[in-house]
Amino acid sequence: MLFGWRALAAQASDPINQLSPGDLVRGKKIYEGHCALCHGQTGTGGKGPPLAQPTLRHAADSQRLFEVIKRGIPNSEMPAAWQLTDREAWQAAGYVRSLGRTTVVPLTGDRERGRAIYESKGGCSGCHIIRGAGSGLGPELTEIGARRNAEYLREALLKPGAAVPEGFLVVRATTREGKVVRGIRVNEDSFTIQLRDAGNRFHSFRKSELSSLKKEFGESLMPSYASKFTAAELDDLVAYLASLRGES
Amino acid sequence: MKRIALFLMLTMAASAQVPYDRIRRAAAEPGHWLTYSGNYEAHRFSPLAQLTPANVARLKPAWVYQVQNRGGVETTPLVVDGVMYITEPPTVVSALDLRTGRRLWTWERTLPNDLQTIGFGRVNRGVAVLGDMVYVGTLDAHLIALDVRSGAVRWDAEVADYKSGHCITAAPLAIDGKIITGISGGEAGIRGFLDAYDAKTGKRLWRFWTIPGYGEPGNDTWHTPDSWKTGGGSTWVTGSYDSQLNLIYWGTGNPGPDWNGDPRPGDNLYTCSLVALDAATGKLRWHFQFTPHDVHDWDATEIPVLLDTVFRGKPRKVAAMANRNAFYYLLDRSTGEFWLGTPSAKQTWAKGLDDRGRPAVLPNTEPSEEGTLVWPSLQGATNWFSPSYDAGRKQFYVSVREMAAYYYKGEAEYKPGTFFAGGGERALRGDEAFGAIRALDVSTGKKKWEFRLQSPPWVGVLGTAGGLVFGGSNEGNFYALDAESGKALWEFQTGGGMASNPISFLIGGKQHVAVAAGHAVFVFGL
Repeated sequence: MLFGWRALAAQASDPINQLSPGDLVRGKKIYEGHCALCHGQTGTGGKGPPLAQPTLRHAADSQRLFEVIKRGIPNSEMPAAWQLTDREAWQAAGYVRSLGRTTVVPLTGDRERGRAIYESKGGCSGCHIIRGAGSGLGPELTEIGARRNAEYLREALLKPGAAVPEGFLVVRATTREGKVVRGIRVNEDSFTIQLRDAGNRFHSFRKSELSSLKKEFGESLMPSYASKFTAAELDDLVAYLASLRGES
Repeated sequence: MKRIALFLMLTMAASAQVPYDRIRRAAAEPGHWLTYSGNYEAHRFSPLAQLTPANVARLKPAWVYQVQNRGGVETTPLVVDGVMYITEPPTVVSALDLRTGRRLWTWERTLPNDLQTIGFGRVNRGVAVLGDMVYVGTLDAHLIALDVRSGAVRWDAEVADYKSGHCITAAPLAIDGKIITGISGGEAGIRGFLDAYDAKTGKRLWRFWTIPGYGEPGNDTWHTPDSWKTGGGSTWVTGSYDSQLNLIYWGTGNPGPDWNGDPRPGDNLYTCSLVALDAATGKLRWHFQFTPHDVHDWDATEIPVLLDTVFRGKPRKVAAMANRNAFYYLLDRSTGEFWLGTPSAKQTWAKGLDDRGRPAVLPNTEPSEEGTLVWPSLQGATNWFSPSYDAGRKQFYVSVREMAAYYYKGEAEYKPGTFFAGGGERALRGDEAFGAIRALDVSTGKKKWEFRLQSPPWVGVLGTAGGLVFGGSNEGNFYALDAESGKALWEFQTGGGMASNPISFLIGGKQHVAVAAGHAVFVFGL
């Protein structure tokens, strides 16, 4: 209880929470001019790491984020934006935080029922890990509610191919001997490719050993749950997934 | 007899000297790598022919040198008389024993705490050697001469004030008695220049401003008052030199601010240009502007390659450049006259070039608040990493980046030592973007073959007389291609991303190749 009160007090005094919509508009402009070159226009990353995520490795809280912007990260390519005023740095920090925040909207489903569906009927833990439990073929879901909104999660359940996250491209490799392996691309360079098949087994090929290598854009190893769940079950599962925000 | 031979060897090593004439005749000493691009003409081509398509599959590491600090290793090593000279991040020079990779000496610049690199990483791309000195530019914009045997500082010249965003990352160019250095800072609104320093004393001999001042020819291409003062035109990649014409060729960078051209109407000379300067005086002989009034940050700092070839039936002295703006150009290197410009990669910004080489810019290709999709991306169809010229095959090898970007326009207010960019980009990475090594017919720019890469590369190429082309990749592959077909013949996974240029030389009479990858320099031999 005491902890909860302190957290609330800290939240109220957090300068990012005191920024106005106008500050965030200005923060967006600063971000686009100074940060986007490396971190991408929408924080998806590039030369620098992605920022459109709820937790940032070098900026656990707002003050640290402000300091990273103002002073940079020593021994890295992240420069100090010491040309910004404190106010401008807070505006930029506010915008960076907003990139990683998805709004919590009230959902009609029941998250507890959703948890049960996840574990039993859905069999989701056969391919996903939540807080260390499950199997790691698909994306880890411990923080999925903080990274993706409910709409996206629903879409991912109904049409998995339309919502393939980065790093989960499906490829079909055919060897010169005619052996076919379909799986998730784990890594690829100009000469080799590494895959994980639906049985979660790794395969490594030199491209010179393959007669064809097909990238199946818009495909996913995950089946659609459109016909498997009732509308109510789907609501429950989405509510459960949306509640997963990394907190234990 | 053996003792005498040993004595001679030791004497040679102890009196290691690199007079200007050795660099000028670099082709006569293919066992060494005496200047950034291999020779003054910037061919980055090794006349060595021991490595061939028949034996390159047996190439393996001879030694690996790990750098001492974190950061990107973009060095092109020099190899002189049994010693390899490299730079390490952020501003470190090391001399390595060529046979073993063991360090002989190292020198590190203490950088100021408030140093910032505006628009690029804390990297260095290599040294120059002349006489008994090694020359390096520093991130805090000094030019330093080091003793070739010990690494002790001989002289230290301040090139510019680092606090206003000036920086040096490029290898200097050593010519007869002079050290030429460029400057970085094109995203900080500097006024660019190229400098020559006395090799012995460090005294500045001349400065050529890439943005002409009031009353000088070209200043009238900056239509608003004072816009030229923050006009950019940096000179951040090592140029080339024609010792017969005594002309230095150097590419210039983008105008400032980068993506918002509104404050600087006009062609903005001499940004995004190739300039030919009299080496004795630094006076401009001619210029050619590839991208007038650039708004995409397409620096023309790519390596100008000097070559003699037959063009339209006549032998010509040519300066060839594969430009960041996605065109391949041939210019008369005596006069700057435009001869050829043809796309070397996908581009959607120009309808074409007129008979003087000026692009017909397509409408709606300027950066905008909502973003404008254009090929190539901000980093261009190629960039600072080196091309290679194979005179025997008349082939120009270039690492190409096939990628588009959304270009954004933003506000730009000049404050010394801050970003003066006026926007940015969102590059279309992912599987649609790719890279390639292309062999172009040097006279026509027509593609003879290409080797496709997983992603747009940051590694230059090296052709060899043995019929090979060496290149690298972002994913750490170092590889050799058949110069005739482009077919991959050998590949080694270095385990780290690559942003560097390969070289070739002899160790104990045997051909080796070297390249920086990850946090290391790799040397390979049979």
